[in-house]
Amino acid sequence: MIHSLFLINNSGDIFLEKHWKSVISRSVCDYFFEAQEKAGEPDNVPPVIRTPHHYLINIYREKIFFVSVIQTEVPPLFVIEFLHRVAEMFQDYFGECSEVTIKDNLVIVYELLEEMLDNGFPLATESNILKEMIKPPTILRSMVNTITGSSNLGATLPTGQLSTIPWRRADVKYTNNEAYFDVVEEIDAILDKSGTTVFAEIQGVIDACVKLSGMPDLTLSFMNPRLLDDVSFHPCVRFKRWESERVLSFIPPDGNFRLMSYHVNAQNLVAIPVYVKQNISFFESGSSGRLDITVGPKQTMGKTVECVLVTIHMPKVVLSANLTATQGTYTYDPVTKILVWDIGKLNQQKLPNLKGSLSLQSGAPKPEENPSLNIDLKIQQLAISGLKVNRLDMYVEKYKPFKGVKYVTKAGKFQVRT
Amino acid sequence: MSTTSAFNDEKGGSSSAGEPEYGHDPASGGIFSSDYKRHDDLKEMLDSNKDSLKLEAMKRIVAMIARGKNASDLFPAVVKNVACKNIEVKKLVYVYLVRYAEEQQDLALLSISTFQRGLKDPNQLIRASALRVLSSIRVTIIVPIMMLAIKEAASDMSPYVRKTAAHAIPKLYSLDPEQKDQLIEVIEKLLADKTTLVAGSVVMAFEEVCPERIDLIHKNYRKLCNLLIDVEEWGQVVIINMLTRYARTQFLNPNINESLLEEGGEKAFYGSDDEDDDDEEKKAEAAALAKRKPYVMDPDHRLLLRNTKPLLQSRNAAVVMAVAQLYFHLAPKAEVGVIAKALVRLMRSHSEVQYVVLQNVATMTIKRRGMFEPYLKSFYIRSTDPTQIKILKLEVLTNLANETNISTILREFQTYIKSMDKDFVAATIQAIGRCATNIGEVRDTCLNGLVQLLSNRDELVVAESVVVIKKLLQMQPEQHSDIIKHMAKLTDNIQVPMARASILWLIGEYCEHVPKIAPDVLRKMAKSFTNEEDIVKLQILNLAAKLYLTNSKQTKLLTQYVLNLAKYDQNYDIRDRARFIRQLIVPTDKSGALSKYAKKLFLALKPAPVLESPFKDRDHFQLGSLSHLLNAKAGGYQELPDWPESAPDPSVRNVEVKDSVPEWTKCTSRKERKEKKVEKPFYSDSEGESGPTESADSESDTGSGSESGSEESGSGSESEESEEESESEEEEEDEEDERTKKKKKIEKSKPKKPESAESDQSSGEEQKRNRKVVKERRSGSESESEEESESESSESESESEEESESDTDIKKKKKAAPSKPPPKQTKKESKKETKEMSLLDLDDFDPTPSPQVTPVNNFLSSSLVADLEGLSLTDTVLAPTTIAPSSSVRMYELLHRITGEGLAVEYCFSRQPFSPDPHMVAVQIQFTNNTSSESKSLHIEDPKLQSGMRIKEFPEIELLPAGESVNVVMGIDFCDSTQAANFQLCTHTRKFFVSIQPPVGELMVPAFLTENEFKKEQETLLHGQLMGMNEISEKLNLGEKCQSDHAIVERVTAKANLSRVPCGSEKENSPPLPPPPVSSPVSRFAGKTVSSGSLVLVTVARKEGGGAQLTVNCEKMVIGTMLVKDILQALTQ
Repeated sequence: MIHSLFLINNSGDIFLEKHWKSVISRSVCDYFFEAQEKAGEPDNVPPVIRTPHHYLINIYREKIFFVSVIQTEVPPLFVIEFLHRVAEMFQDYFGECSEVTIKDNLVIVYELLEEMLDNGFPLATESNILKEMIKPPTILRSMVNTITGSSNLGATLPTGQLSTIPWRRADVKYTNNEAYFDVVEEIDAILDKSGTTVFAEIQGVIDACVKLSGMPDLTLSFMNPRLLDDVSFHPCVRFKRWESERVLSFIPPDGNFRLMSYHVNAQNLVAIPVYVKQNISFFESGSSGRLDITVGPKQTMGKTVECVLVTIHMPKVVLSANLTATQGTYTYDPVTKILVWDIGKLNQQKLPNLKGSLSLQSGAPKPEENPSLNIDLKIQQLAISGLKVNRLDMYVEKYKPFKGVKYVTKAGKFQVRT
Repeated sequence: MSTTSAFNDEKGGSSSAGEPEYGHDPASGGIFSSDYKRHDDLKEMLDSNKDSLKLEAMKRIVAMIARGKNASDLFPAVVKNVACKNIEVKKLVYVYLVRYAEEQQDLALLSISTFQRGLKDPNQLIRASALRVLSSIRVTIIVPIMMLAIKEAASDMSPYVRKTAAHAIPKLYSLDPEQKDQLIEVIEKLLADKTTLVAGSVVMAFEEVCPERIDLIHKNYRKLCNLLIDVEEWGQVVIINMLTRYARTQFLNPNINESLLEEGGEKAFYGSDDEDDDDEEKKAEAAALAKRKPYVMDPDHRLLLRNTKPLLQSRNAAVVMAVAQLYFHLAPKAEVGVIAKALVRLMRSHSEVQYVVLQNVATMTIKRRGMFEPYLKSFYIRSTDPTQIKILKLEVLTNLANETNISTILREFQTYIKSMDKDFVAATIQAIGRCATNIGEVRDTCLNGLVQLLSNRDELVVAESVVVIKKLLQMQPEQHSDIIKHMAKLTDNIQVPMARASILWLIGEYCEHVPKIAPDVLRKMAKSFTNEEDIVKLQILNLAAKLYLTNSKQTKLLTQYVLNLAKYDQNYDIRDRARFIRQLIVPTDKSGALSKYAKKLFLALKPAPVLESPFKDRDHFQLGSLSHLLNAKAGGYQELPDWPESAPDPSVRNVEVKDSVPEWTKCTSRKERKEKKVEKPFYSDSEGESGPTESADSESDTGSGSESGSEESGSGSESEESEEESESEEEEEDEEDERTKKKKKIEKSKPKKPESAESDQSSGEEQKRNRKVVKERRSGSESESEEESESESSESESESEEESESDTDIKKKKKAAPSKPPPKQTKKESKKETKEMSLLDLDDFDPTPSPQVTPVNNFLSSSLVADLEGLSLTDTVLAPTTIAPSSSVRMYELLHRITGEGLAVEYCFSRQPFSPDPHMVAVQIQFTNNTSSESKSLHIEDPKLQSGMRIKEFPEIELLPAGESVNVVMGIDFCDSTQAANFQLCTHTRKFFVSIQPPVGELMVPAFLTENEFKKEQETLLHGQLMGMNEISEKLNLGEKCQSDHAIVERVTAKANLSRVPCGSEKENSPPLPPPPVSSPVSRFAGKTVSSGSLVLVTVARKEGGGAQLTVNCEKMVIGTMLVKDILQALTQ
């Protein structure tokens, strides 16, 4: 299965290597560098690269390439999924997954990798088990460690590995027992020039932060489970109960986890919370262009639209932008050719507008395509699909937990073609 | 240790010198001397007595390893810490050891004894960890030690250690392949393991060591299928992939009949309209073929499909993909569709996941376009997608294009063409070309669109368009000479070699359509010949040759000029070509016979190129595999075998009865069980090639329904159990029940659906249904087959004449006789006693009351009812008062032995009054402990009930010794609804979610009415004076076996807990009448719902010729409706 792993930063330094079988020279990464050069953008590096003796399967996350070396047939998704799990584990442990944090915690990283794979086959990938074996660093603990000379390795044996519910560690104790659920929905949409919806759908997730003592057994039910068209679950969710009763019944992992992700039935028309009036034009003569964008609220269910952000990837010939925004600020990066307009809260009375001229490289032909706009937005206290959590019940444990549900709607891949 | 002292002496206070080095970037490199210094310093720290120093040193060393620095010279200093007491140090030493042991084999041996000690540790985790490190040390000399350790660990008590052993197998195998045979033995042993922890790991070992030994899987196949959902994610992937291969060798192609249909369909898509008739014929033909050779699915095949389906909901993309490929390769066409939604979901994931998924979707869309058509829009491209994703999405969109959606797709393509990403634009143009070739209607539109692109400013776009137009024109050149002319003009501007070459080829090929322009183009080309790219030069030569042949007058000199230029070209291909062409076309004395055919050679009609997807036929690789992605066989790839012509013997998967038969065998006598088996001849006609099974054709309508049904009820495993069992039993029995089978067959084919006309086809289907409803059938329809009714049919009081002759029956009656006196005295005794009674004595009560029940009372006073209920139990028509676990009452499964980890729980409705609360239904629960250890404190926790429902738990069972079973009674107030009661069944270690769902007939207790009272009540109900009207009647045809009066009574009372209203009872109130005929045409039954006491009145009026009218009067509409349905079913079978 997975033979070795190399972590490579954007400038091509291999800053970590780990081998689960015999050692493979890091020169194997040269094939990767070759492919990287050919691809240009990091996004375009093919996830699977063939070399004479090995296959390199890689992912790109947080400006780090995770390059794994494979020798024999293995489902590529198996490796890709695992590498993402590794990245998530780093995030979980160190708060972020970056070159700096990895280098700062090299020993922990190494120990984690050692536990996650055995002979290249995943062994323990559940955060709760790993944390039982290897404690995540905290400021306090690292101070104590420097003084006492102890490390982050758990001294106790990881009994969680033996459990039938491997995602939960045993003997959890909290003084405040809390369970929070965030229902986050994202609108994926493509709007065409005239504002007509070409394609729209709602994808949602329920992220949970559960800090409950003992072995609670939770049941979460919805007011309108029929909305959910397609779902995928954390392994803790009992599938049969979902099938028969449409409730989520589970013994939760300790801490943060994603309980489920769902897709809302596409037959329901998706409410598009904002509309965009745009006019971007480039003139044949004079090397200039005009830009005029107005954003306004459309179907917002009476809620305020916040954090509105418009991002435009300009054609290469656009040198600079001279614009005025009635609300918010804009920046144009002439290197990446990205125009960002940060609007903030959407004002119902006075619609935010961005207007002005673009200057183009002189002599170059005018770009044929108008750039499309990517919109970001956020609506608090609203799940745009109308999904509502009915109730959360706890069984087995006796205490009364504090429960909370929060709804947020965001723009996912929300694109306006021009 | 002597070596270390040497290191010590020269170093003094170097520990401080080492400090600043820590965190140093390895890339910047260090000076060698400083390296040595630091290492000496580390050695010293490792030798110290303080754990903290050792730990610090180890951390630094591990950091060095992580950065890829060589730390091998520290080996001696590190390895002696292997036995360090500090667990943190120890772990880091293990990390080091595993990394460098291979390089320092001799020194590594020093550590072995520590691990060997660890292998004997009482703590399973230490044993496992020792084995893990020991097996990770790649030192050939310890192979025998490893082998021994693995063997021992494979039979360890702890599943975790066994798991580690499974992990160690491929390690040892890669170290020494000669151990294969021994390792296979271990794998075989571990494959039989029943824990989920081990399953994934051992299959992984199997795949690495002996993937060809498919025979090892047979016995474990069903177990693996059943365990699958509880295995950890990574193991699931490996198991599913392996099972896909397995299934391909063992089962028949479920689409064998449809493949013909499919082909026909495909052709119709691409062909013109007039083929339609043809197509229909083909379909008819295929259908005929399908009828001739009905396909029937092996139940094991079905099991696999059913048990993998929920995993489509996994959060792990690899699991979803694994299930998707399994369905793609194994499922009947009608069922493959379910995977589309899940795969589309993965498109939301990381771009690498998208990349892989899209590759697979692209392959799937070629074979099964319809599946993804509803999700067309999910493949629309965003400007922010990476190019490689865009191109794959484009591929999928192109594959999905058909007459209906082409306009949408083309409109979408139009926006893509404007993209800034030029590679993507080029791919879009190619895609348009493919749509145009595949879909005749839009060919002209596409062509026009492409021609417009020729005036695009971007040269790449133009070039790509030219190439595509060339291909399109080849299909119908005559109509498009103007386009060719237009393109000829482009030669002045287009510089992209491929495009120039394409134009030249077009002009040459169709020079007859553009006789004026062609020579002119050649003239221009001759001028620029030397500056052209090679491919262009070759096409210039081609053009020259073709023109020479068709129009030698105008082009003779030009051609010779070009040929001369080519003769001295630097590229030998071009020189060769020039020489060849000259010989061929210029007639000389020496020119051979070939030159006569020159025209034919050059101007032969060329077939139009087929624009096809690069993903075509990629599905011969197992989808989701690396090999599929690369479209080349990767090392270690196991070919996906073709379906076998005829199915191999399915009995190889049978496991010995002892292992597979559910718990209740333990409390039933062997003999009885055998008898029971007789009436389950699923395989009645299976000995032939087809195998036992269901018909694929029926799949689409019956399959999904029944499947989901079984899943919902949580008894998915139940049916398999019975399958397994029946299979294994089948052999021993099949002779003796030959006769029964035949009878059965006839019976079976009777209620078949009208559309399945072919009898064998439907019998396959019937068998499946049979399995599903086997229990109902048992209670309903089998009164004429002796064994059946005796052992199985739950409440059937088998008193038909032939039956009573069967010796078992007689025996039973004999037994029953002494215990017949109704235990009136015991009734008032404590509950517990009653219960025991029921187990010991009442067990064999003969439930043979005559249909003519002694009327207990003529009047009905509500206060008395409760008492009467109790009384009536033993001497009325009603079904057995108690539950003999296997004999008379239908047992439902509450907890399967496998899910319950050895604890099996079944329940039945004992139809006894639940004394603590008359509004509750008594449910008798039987626990069987199949494990080797005792189970403690079995109790109920945490019931989740619909509002109004109540539950009365049974007293906690403190101890259930291994291998024993115990019965308890609990009460549930279902509130007169058939909602399930959910609760948790707890042992001292585990909790299981279970639910009890009552059949509607169990929600009532018998009520005793006289006929007059019955009529009166019926009247009241009917006219709705106070209580509201409710009557449901149904006409029905009585089943063949239901013609007699007592058969009706028997069946109705079996279905519902009702008492028969004595028909002659008027006598007592009215003047004496002539005795009523023995078999009265009308049977009446009365009961009350348990919770609310609403009357339930059932009337069955028989008519001439087997017809009957069923009437149910009940205030509770739902109950009434459901009851009608149930009784109807019972009576018609």
